[in-house]
Order: sequence, then structure tokens, then C-alpha cells
Amino acid sequence: MSHFSPHSAVAANADFDVQEIRKQFPVLHQQVNNRPLIYFDNAATSQKPAAVIEALHHYYTHDNANIHRGIHTLAERATAAFEATRLAVKELINAREVEEVIFTTGTTDSINLVTSSYGRSFIQQGDEVIISAMEHHSNIVPWQMLCEEKGAILRVIPVTEEGELQLEEYKKMLNERTKFVSIVYASNSLGTINPVEEMIDLAHEQGAVVLLDGAQATAHLDIDVQQLNCDFYAFSAHKMFGPTGVGVLYGKRRLLEKMPPYRGGGEMIKNVSFEKTTYNDIPYKFEAGTPNIGDTVAFLKAIEFIQQVGKKNIAVHEHQLLTYAHEALEKVPGLKIIGKAKKKVSVVSFIIEGVFHFDIGQMLDARGIAIRTGHHCTQPLMDIYQIEGTARASFSVYNTTAEIDSLVEGLQRIVKMMK
Amino acid sequence: MSGTINEIQDEIIEEFAILEGDAEMTNFYIIELGQKLPPLAEKHKVEENTIKGCQSKVWLITAPEGERMTFEADSNSAITKGLVSLLVRIFDHQKASDIVDADLYFIDKIGMNRFIGTQRSNGFAAMIKQIKLLALVYRDSKEIVKTNATDK
Ligand SMILES: Cc1ncc(COP(=O)(O)O)c(C=O)c1O
Repeated sequence: MSHFSPHSAVAANADFDVQEIRKQFPVLHQQVNNRPLIYFDNAATSQKPAAVIEALHHYYTHDNANIHRGIHTLAERATAAFEATRLAVKELINAREVEEVIFTTGTTDSINLVTSSYGRSFIQQGDEVIISAMEHHSNIVPWQMLCEEKGAILRVIPVTEEGELQLEEYKKMLNERTKFVSIVYASNSLGTINPVEEMIDLAHEQGAVVLLDGAQATAHLDIDVQQLNCDFYAFSAHKMFGPTGVGVLYGKRRLLEKMPPYRGGGEMIKNVSFEKTTYNDIPYKFEAGTPNIGDTVAFLKAIEFIQQVGKKNIAVHEHQLLTYAHEALEKVPGLKIIGKAKKKVSVVSFIIEGVFHFDIGQMLDARGIAIRTGHHCTQPLMDIYQIEGTARASFSVYNTTAEIDSLVEGLQRIVKMMK
Repeated sequence: MSGTINEIQDEIIEEFAILEGDAEMTNFYIIELGQKLPPLAEKHKVEENTIKGCQSKVWLITAPEGERMTFEADSNSAITKGLVSLLVRIFDHQKASDIVDADLYFIDKIGMNRFIGTQRSNGFAAMIKQIKLLALVYRDSKEIVKTNATDK
């Protein structure tokens, strides 16, 4: 199994102490509207441990230089630190080779790299691309743009009322014209963990290439790209305790090598002349220009944080929060949870009858509770449920059941007020 | 009519002062104000009466009353309804020319933007703009009628 089944995740490691973990996150220790901050907007971006913040400070205080080109000491240090993160990412997702890890600015950028380079070279008129109805806009729009340009056909796997993909429909869609399948591993709106291993195998049987959008999965599930056997895997550092502005595209060497670069500039070349320019090897071929060195260097500390706490501990704790939240929220009169898949990451979307989602967010903020409201960049999904948006609470390793109690109390007050 | 635009603004400032800047109490108070605003008939809740630029749906209708104008409004959001109720309270039955010239100092005085955030502040600004635009069009149409009358 590439992720921890909620049902097998019963007991947390005795070493796990949420209060100790909270101490590592400076931002949590503040008052908002005269109440202790409760941060439940982790699916949008997670908070950062002190080690990450200090690493950023340390880099600019001691090591800042441009990488890969210098021979001086600082350039050596900066390059070594940058490449150390690449190696840590390789290990985190168990890529076969470090060259298969490309740094981007985020999930969105990673997906656009694939549609612009792989897509424009290998997808032709009449080919079919499959996505799902629960994709984030960043895994819809780049494919729409590509399909429009190429005259290819975009097909969409429908979702059930519970918020699971309709696999039978997916199977029917797959055929010899299917060239690409691009699917979210864990949904940011519903929390659903999709059965991606099975879906990847089915796509491969038709010779299609598969990208997984791992934006919501990477901080919460154990990721092994070799076992998943996905061809591409995209994610963002900022959703897994790292800085903003850094993302990763993992790709199988075989595919990356045959893909043309999609942005030209420095770093990505071997030799430039006006007659002929030869491109650098992977991963540099795709990393034109000076990358976001400082944030990438600090990202290492986020990966180390995850490894220190342990993926298993994170999964167990978050699953406890999720189960607790589901039970507690259902007691709020008029509240309906949107997304009740059997396997979920710690995301709970809900609506309350007669209360506009935005009002829920504003009134909780008055009690120091940060949630997100709206369509969560998944408008087509909202259309399916015939709602404009939801309120969404998403939990991380530093959240507690006591905080969920405060959320429920806040919601109960809102419901009473609205009567 | 319960006073001039500025008299009503001053009333509102006094009411909000009692809340002492508590975010939750302020929200609840705004919602209460909205609950007192009579709902708009369903037939008015149509596209042409919506105010663009708001997160939630806001419908606003106006009718002439001599030199003055009347306003009714509604929203699918309780907080937005409370916000637009403040504007209805201030502008209902006022002269079009006074609406056009009104300086809404109560917004800064009560520290509104702090309670409602940027997105909602933008929506609130859109409501005010819409009301002033309606008043401008009405005032000018009245003036044209007046000039035509003196021509004769
Ligand atoms: C499932 C999913 N995919 C993609 C993205 C886009 O990530 P980023 O904005 O970091 O590029 C997000 C972020 O909200 C997401 O939740």
C-alpha cells in the first residue's frame, strides 16, 4: 500500500506529542480577535516550523550566491545546499534517480511544464486526455488550453454523491486514443484519496501516460513514485511545511529525456551559438534561469521535519482529527458534510442550510478560527453538487481535538444566531 | 424619514461604539440589522437588480419619490444583508442630489474594513457606487425635466 489505510492506523506512536510539535510553529502562538489562533486552512497552505524559517534566514545571512556557475566558496555552498534538497526530495518520494526531480515554482507550474513540453510534443489532434471532475483548476485549465490548441479531446471522470470517482466510467473512457491521464491523488475540496494505483495500471494498459497531482497528498501520505508507477508527480513545498514559490515535478527519466525544454535561458543549455544550441541534461534542461534558491534550500528542513515526526505518526494523528471532526460536526443542526469518501485526507468540507459559506468564514474568524470558504478552485465540482461553495476545515499535524471543539462551538453559535 | 444622511450616520457610529470593537459582537449586530430589513419579493431577485463585484448575491431596487428616492435590498448572505441594510437606512427617502454628494464617513469611524475584510469591503464599495450611480442618473433626469420646463 502506498498510503496508510485509515483503518489500520489505530495507535499513534507513544513518542508523538502534539504540544511538542506546536512549539515548533511560531505562527500558532498568537491571538486573533482576542482569541488564540486556530489554523484550519492547511489545505491552502501549511504553517512553517522554526527550522524552515531559520534556514531561510541562515541562507541569506551566510551562503547566498548564484548556483552551478561559480567557483567561489559561497557559490559552492549554495549549490551544495540546493542539490541537497533535490536529493532529499528524491528520497521522500522514492524516485529512482535524483535527476528525475525537477524544481518548479509549484504544482501549477509543474503541470504546465508537462502540458507545454510533453503535451505539445506528443499529443495530437483526435487524441484523448482524461481528467476527473474533482480536479483543481490547475489540473483543468492547462489541459483545456492544450486540447484546444491541438484539437484533442478532454474527458472527465464523474464523481459519486459521496465524492468518489466513478471507476466504471473511467474504464469505459479508456481506449487506444487515450494518451494522457491527469488525476488528483487527494482532493483539496472533498479530501477523497483516489485509488490511483489501480487507475495508473489501467491507463498503462492502454499505453497512456499518467500524471498525479500530489499537492494535497505529499504532506499526508507515504509517497513512493516507483510503487505507484506514475509517470509524473507534481507537488508544492508550501503545502508541506516548506516555503512558497517552490514545487517539484518528478518524471520518469525515459519521458523527461525525450521532452523538449519549454523555457529557454541560462542554466538549461550546454552550449549556445547562433548556429546551434545544445541543451543541458535533465533536470537542468527544465530549470532555465536562476531558480528560487533560498526557498529551495529551506525546503530541506520541511522534509526533515516530516521525517522526524514520521509519516506514520502524521497519518495517525490526522486521521484521528478527521474522524473526530466528522462526528462532532454532524451534531451541528443543518450541517451537511460534502465529501464522504471511505478514504480521505484530513479535509472536511461542509455547508450549513440557510447560511452563506462566506458568512461562516467571517464569523469563525471573529473567534480566531481560520477556515476557507468558496469553491476552492474546483468550480466544476461545486456545479455538480449544485452549490456555490463550501466552508472547509483542513487539519495538520499541529491541530488538536480541543481546537475542533472550538470550531463546533463556533458553528453552533452561528446556527443559533441565524435562526 | 428619520433624519439627514449625516444624522443617520452619526446614529450608526454611536450604535457601533457600544460594541467596543469586538469582532464577533459586531458581526452578530450586522446580522441582526439585516434580519430587520424586509425581504425583497422574489420577482425582484433577478440579474438586472444584482450588484456586481460582491462575493454573495445582492439585489437592490429603487423607486422615485419626487426629488427623493426609495431603496430596497436583499442578499443571500446574512452579513451582506446587514451591510446593505445600513445603506438602505441611510439613503432611503433622501434627495437624489444629497445621495450623490454624500460623504460616508461612518465607514472609517466604525472601523468597518477591519471587521469585514478586503473582499467584503470591495463588495461594500460596489454597493455604494451602484446607489450613487442610480442617484446621479435620477438627479440628472430631473434636471433635464426642470430645464425643459423653464424653456417653455
Ligand atoms: C489539489 C491541488 N492541486 C493543485 C494546487 C495548486 O497548487 P499551487 O497553487 O501551489 O501551484 C492545489 C492548491 O490549492 C491543490 O490543492
